[in-house]
Amino acid sequence: MSTETPTLKKKDFQSDQDVRWCPGCGDYSILSAVQTVFAKLGLPKEKMVIVSGIGCSSRFPYYMDTYGFHTIHGRAPAFASGLKMARPDLHVWVVTGDGDAMSIGGNHFIHLLRRNVDVNVLLFNNRIYGLTKGQYSPTSEEGKRTKSSPMGSVDHPFNPLGLALGSGASFVGRTVDIFQPHMRELMLRAQAHRGTSFIEIYQNCNIFNDKAFSYMTDKPNRADNVLYLEHGKPMIFGAEQNKGIRLNGLQLEVIELGGSMGPEDCLVWDEDRQNPAFAFLLAQLAPPNFPTPIGVFRAVEQSTYDGDVLRQIDAATTQNPGKLEDLIYGGDTWTVEPPQEQPAG
Amino acid sequence: MTTAVTNPEEKSGRAVTPEKLSDVVIRFAGDSGDGMQLTGGQFTSTSAMVGNDLSTLPDYPAEIRAPQGTLAGVSAFQVRIANHDIHTPGDEPDVLVAMNPAALVKNLGDLKTNGVVIANTDDFDARNLKKANLETNPLEDGSVEGYRVYEVALGTMTRRTLEGSPLDSKSQERCKNMFALGMAYWMFSRPLEPTIQWLKKKFGRKPDIAEANVKVLKAGWNYCDITQVFQVRYEVDKAQLEPGIYRNISGNSALAMGLVAASRRSGLPLFLGAYPITPASDVLHNLSTYKNFGVTTFQAEDEIAAICAAIGAAYGGALGVTASSGPGIALKGEALGLAMIVELPLIVVNVQRGGPSTGLPTKTEQSDLFQAFYGRNGESPIPILAAASPKDCFDIALEACKIAVKYMVPVMVLSDGYIANGSEPWLLPKLEDLPDLRTDFRTDPEGFHPYQRDEKTLARPWAIPGTPGLEHRIGGLEKEAVTGNVSYDPMNHQAMTDVRAAKVARIVQDVPDLEVDGEASGDLLVLGWGSTSGVITGALNVARSEGLNVSRAHLRHLNPFPGNLGEVLASFKQVLVPEMNCGQLAFILQGKYLKEVVSLTKVEGKPFYRHEIVSRVKELLKGDADVH
Repeated sequence: MSTETPTLKKKDFQSDQDVRWCPGCGDYSILSAVQTVFAKLGLPKEKMVIVSGIGCSSRFPYYMDTYGFHTIHGRAPAFASGLKMARPDLHVWVVTGDGDAMSIGGNHFIHLLRRNVDVNVLLFNNRIYGLTKGQYSPTSEEGKRTKSSPMGSVDHPFNPLGLALGSGASFVGRTVDIFQPHMRELMLRAQAHRGTSFIEIYQNCNIFNDKAFSYMTDKPNRADNVLYLEHGKPMIFGAEQNKGIRLNGLQLEVIELGGSMGPEDCLVWDEDRQNPAFAFLLAQLAPPNFPTPIGVFRAVEQSTYDGDVLRQIDAATTQNPGKLEDLIYGGDTWTVEPPQEQPAG
Repeated sequence: MTTAVTNPEEKSGRAVTPEKLSDVVIRFAGDSGDGMQLTGGQFTSTSAMVGNDLSTLPDYPAEIRAPQGTLAGVSAFQVRIANHDIHTPGDEPDVLVAMNPAALVKNLGDLKTNGVVIANTDDFDARNLKKANLETNPLEDGSVEGYRVYEVALGTMTRRTLEGSPLDSKSQERCKNMFALGMAYWMFSRPLEPTIQWLKKKFGRKPDIAEANVKVLKAGWNYCDITQVFQVRYEVDKAQLEPGIYRNISGNSALAMGLVAASRRSGLPLFLGAYPITPASDVLHNLSTYKNFGVTTFQAEDEIAAICAAIGAAYGGALGVTASSGPGIALKGEALGLAMIVELPLIVVNVQRGGPSTGLPTKTEQSDLFQAFYGRNGESPIPILAAASPKDCFDIALEACKIAVKYMVPVMVLSDGYIANGSEPWLLPKLEDLPDLRTDFRTDPEGFHPYQRDEKTLARPWAIPGTPGLEHRIGGLEKEAVTGNVSYDPMNHQAMTDVRAAKVARIVQDVPDLEVDGEASGDLLVLGWGSTSGVITGALNVARSEGLNVSRAHLRHLNPFPGNLGEVLASFKQVLVPEMNCGQLAFILQGKYLKEVVSLTKVEGKPFYRHEIVSRVKELLKGDADVH
């Protein structure tokens, strides 16, 4: 942390605008985490920029006292890419939702990740369209009855982590709106990572899709249904820490610990494996047969798009600094002489 | 014959006195794979070096390689050279070089009576006649009657020239366009050296290919010189253009250079977001070679991302640009509306092509004027500029930057396929004459509000991220005046809608009055916009030489229009508006000025011919005379 930067507090990141999410919305908790984390980062406030698309989550910039740009539906990654390329000194955070990033903005989402532009993406996944009042989203489960699917949705949902990993994402994580310390820790990791950091946040929409994640957030179920990924540690979960995850061929399976099996039989989590296959396997784990993993799925070093673009420009400007005169007067030119005039007088 | 090519002299050994011509139109036509664009381009560059005035019209199919020898695959390049100031690539070619039957039949109808045809007889065999859907050989069935036809076995000559060359037969065959070019150079008394130098540079790493092409080029020249094939030879003297340094320039090249110049003169780094699309891609190609000017080019995943990234860069303080054509502009509409409401500077280039939908990708049209005016949801006026010629693309880029930055507004620049790919001599500007486009970012937090406006321009401050104390939020929701906070207040929305429109209207203070060429009032004004400038000028020169009294004016500023436009329109009994669409400018003028105008429209994928405008002018003036 620079000594010249004044110490900022959480309230320094709260804007003067009234927050207009529904009372009880998971977004409040995420907003609080981001404000806390930004204060903790010790970076100058004016260097922080939040770029969002459209949807409930995308109102986020209005509530942050940083630079903020509420753009158009699904396109935040493209605005953020242009901004980061033009201004590598800025810290750019994209806030998006499951409709914004997975549906209308799917294309920009995958291309941001494959390019590995150095920005952070928070995807608020509530598995429903909230702002348009309750239609199924691309992450809604099959068969979901909503206003636009009265007989149940026949869409197969996207797995955002699988999509991100398939796009070559260098940093992929998942957390849950009410798991404050876990969420903050993940956000700090995202800021520290060079390249696109993608975090899926399970977020409860208490109006249109209430309790979508209660199977893993309610205290009695939590320990049995959540697998905390910890780098270098065996994957163990359960109220009694009595269950583990084992690799069997190309499958993951749950094993009971205690009898013939112990922690040494469990898969040891390695988040910086170059091969994304393990992370992809983990991303498939879901109830009812598996716990839901949260934490860092992948964190690998890769060159960043903005860094490479800058390097090319630096090399070109150093080798042969452009001169406007050469540009205009270069190429094949010819001269038209003034007509010979009779001397005056 | 082949022995003579080893050391050709450009000074002809034959006692043919060249006939002086003031003006000549040549069209090279062949299969898409025959290299006709390259051949025409070389003839053009050489003619520029010789000092002619010139104008070009490339015309090629959308398919990269349509089936060989078919009518669909014909690619042509027309160039007009003159010893005086010209404005169009010419209505009718004097000379047609036809590499195959399809090229001949497709272009013969345009050729001037008694014009010259150079036909590559090697390709007039049964197979190629069939590909061109011909029952009989047009060289033998009377089709070419009334023309002076020179039959030359270009392929055979080329192969003979290259006997012993290390190139395979297919590569040898590819050199035959150079034989045709060499012949054209002889016929029009052009030097070979510029093309020889160009070939050596282009094929620097493939010396065998360079050598073969040079050899065939010289062979074509020598063939004309030694044989008695042509009875005549022509010369077109230097044009007496305005003194100064010139280079030949296409619209897309000029536009790219203009954008770099705008970046330099404004001190803003240039950021181009683009997605490849015909006929705008050359803007991306050219700018991607200007990295040494600090230019960032971003080949985005789609048209939408291209404009959004450019807006993101502009938000960060760069000169944001996106360049596309109609279909791409359609996709950019929502983002353009955002740039308009958040009031960030941006340059949006539309190199128009035939529409609607995918339309005619490689053909020219001016049918996106309504799209520029109205192609966004909500009340969303933006300034619109239209380049009048290839070289004007340079100036228009600078002007677009000036307006965008001064008024904090996205600017639409209209070009089209004709001026984007066509070229003309460009009198190079003096660097010190380029406008000063420097601008200030807001830095003072004292009394800062993101939507507080400059009294003179109504522009809001450009406050870029990274500036301490100016943290603020912008977005696509309606915002409260001054503070920029989200506001759904009815009166505020009315006021903000009005002020955004007033700001664009106020740009008129930076728009020069419309100049009328000819009498300032009278019976007939021909009013054009965009790429029709040249052909209208040419047509009026013809009409005036026949004693007709007709005036001309040209719009480069479509929104806002020049302040005196209404007055100019009212000063003429009749106004003729030629445009390559179905009457879009005419519609707007009539709505805005309540002045009846006569439309002359054309959507055939090619520019107007001079005679089309001349005859309409005559009709209108005749009708006028009948009334009185």
